[in-house]
Amino acid sequence: MKPFDYLSPTDAAAAVRTVAGDPTAVFLGGGTNLVDHLKLGVVEPDLVVGVTDLLSADIEELGAGALRIGAGAKNSELAADPRVREWFPMLSDALLSGASGQLRNMATTGGNPLQRTRCVYFQDITTPCNKREPGSGCSAVGGWTRNHAILGASEHCIAVHPSDMSVALAALDAVVRVLGPDGERTIPFADLHRLPADSPERDTVLEHGELITAIDLPARPIARRSAYRKVRDRASYAFALVSVAAALEVEDGVIVDARIAFGGVAHAPWRAHRAEEALRGSPASVRSYRAAADVELADARPAEGLDGGNAFKIPLLRRTLTATLRDLAREDAR
Amino acid sequence: MNTEITVHVDGAPRRLTIDTRTTLLDALRERLGLTSPKKGCDHGQCGACTVLSGGRRVLSCLILAVTQDGAKVVTAEGLAAEVATAGGEREDGDLHPVQQAFIDCDALQCGYCTPGQVVSAVGMLDEFARGWPSAATPGTGAPRLDCAEVAERMSGNLCRCAAYANIVPAVLQAAAASTGPASGAEVAR
Repeated sequence: MKPFDYLSPTDAAAAVRTVAGDPTAVFLGGGTNLVDHLKLGVVEPDLVVGVTDLLSADIEELGAGALRIGAGAKNSELAADPRVREWFPMLSDALLSGASGQLRNMATTGGNPLQRTRCVYFQDITTPCNKREPGSGCSAVGGWTRNHAILGASEHCIAVHPSDMSVALAALDAVVRVLGPDGERTIPFADLHRLPADSPERDTVLEHGELITAIDLPARPIARRSAYRKVRDRASYAFALVSVAAALEVEDGVIVDARIAFGGVAHAPWRAHRAEEALRGSPASVRSYRAAADVELADARPAEGLDGGNAFKIPLLRRTLTATLRDLAREDAR
Repeated sequence: MNTEITVHVDGAPRRLTIDTRTTLLDALRERLGLTSPKKGCDHGQCGACTVLSGGRRVLSCLILAVTQDGAKVVTAEGLAAEVATAGGEREDGDLHPVQQAFIDCDALQCGYCTPGQVVSAVGMLDEFARGWPSAATPGTGAPRLDCAEVAERMSGNLCRCAAYANIVPAVLQAAAASTGPASGAEVAR
């Protein structure tokens, strides 16, 4: 590991100034991904700036049914919060389906969305990777693709975003509060992560030195009937092959509204606006759910690879969305 | 780049001058001679390095020691003293109830993952007593500890000998011994 200096400023503004002033400096939150990357040589900063202790870990109410989650709140605390479990069950489900008890005790609200892809080629510094080393090529294209994207990928990168929490936040219209060298700004959560296009080295729209200080959840009564369903290669402690965060409102057998996002299938949490639109006004039936999945997946493009490719993800995601909506509709009928 | 830190480990303040790159795991093992936290994968995938920091189970291989200045860290070696501090006298050789349950249930083969399993179970039972849910918890009520809950909550601790069939009963035995009615949580036997 390359030597680095470590600083732990006492307030967020000082941390932002410090990182903004050094092009290789990085913020350290829970460290569950960054410390691994330091060991692997994926990142080689001259300066590491610890921020967990200076960020709020509070989960406070912003009026009826809305929450502000401090960026320092641990994933385990957030998942167990009674308001999150009651008002936004898909978020609690998503958090609890990710990582392990130990990792959730370390990982933070601000850090989780900024974790990087678990693409094996990205994490192996001996292989070409456009995300790690722009212009070097993509080893995943034509390589091992089981865990890679079927939506929104480019010829330069087919990696997926690994966060479960982020999928729920995208579906819940969350808002990211950011402090940068020029002051504060807010970003709709669904706009935080980028698709790879020709610059896969940029995971998000954040500029160097910008720090997530909180994530706001607006009141969403529909989310009280919501769920997160994750399909993976083992029963626990594994990343998603595909996942679905969904909320559904049904009245007299007709779908009034829906919120849907997919995980494990794109470079960003995939908000399924087209599926939501297709569902509104449709009967709450398996036929409608399948049709909505087909509309959203019309542009899906599987990757071909040494392992037989990942075309299996398209029918798998279609079935997972259908099952999730079917279960929510049953819950709603009770 | 060297930095000076003080970490409270198993009840004693330990002052160290460390390279900023040192993980908590390496500081415990290589600098303090505390080898109960094991280096299994060193990448946060196996749980063998699990310790308590601030009372919560964490992975010491993914924590920079420099971030633990002032922290209270407990390893498997310090667990029995934790119980004694809370409940009175302690004699050398006394075991934490989770350690005793692992022996009673023969919950190990080679033993390499065992200190991490034991510390993780202690942290997990505290989380359960607080009413924290897991992915195996149905609905929004208080969780009920059964085999599925234990397997899910302990999924971050791998056992290459696959002693899971005895680890799960050991954790349930320890839970039954330590879970008071006040917690609202329930243990299935």
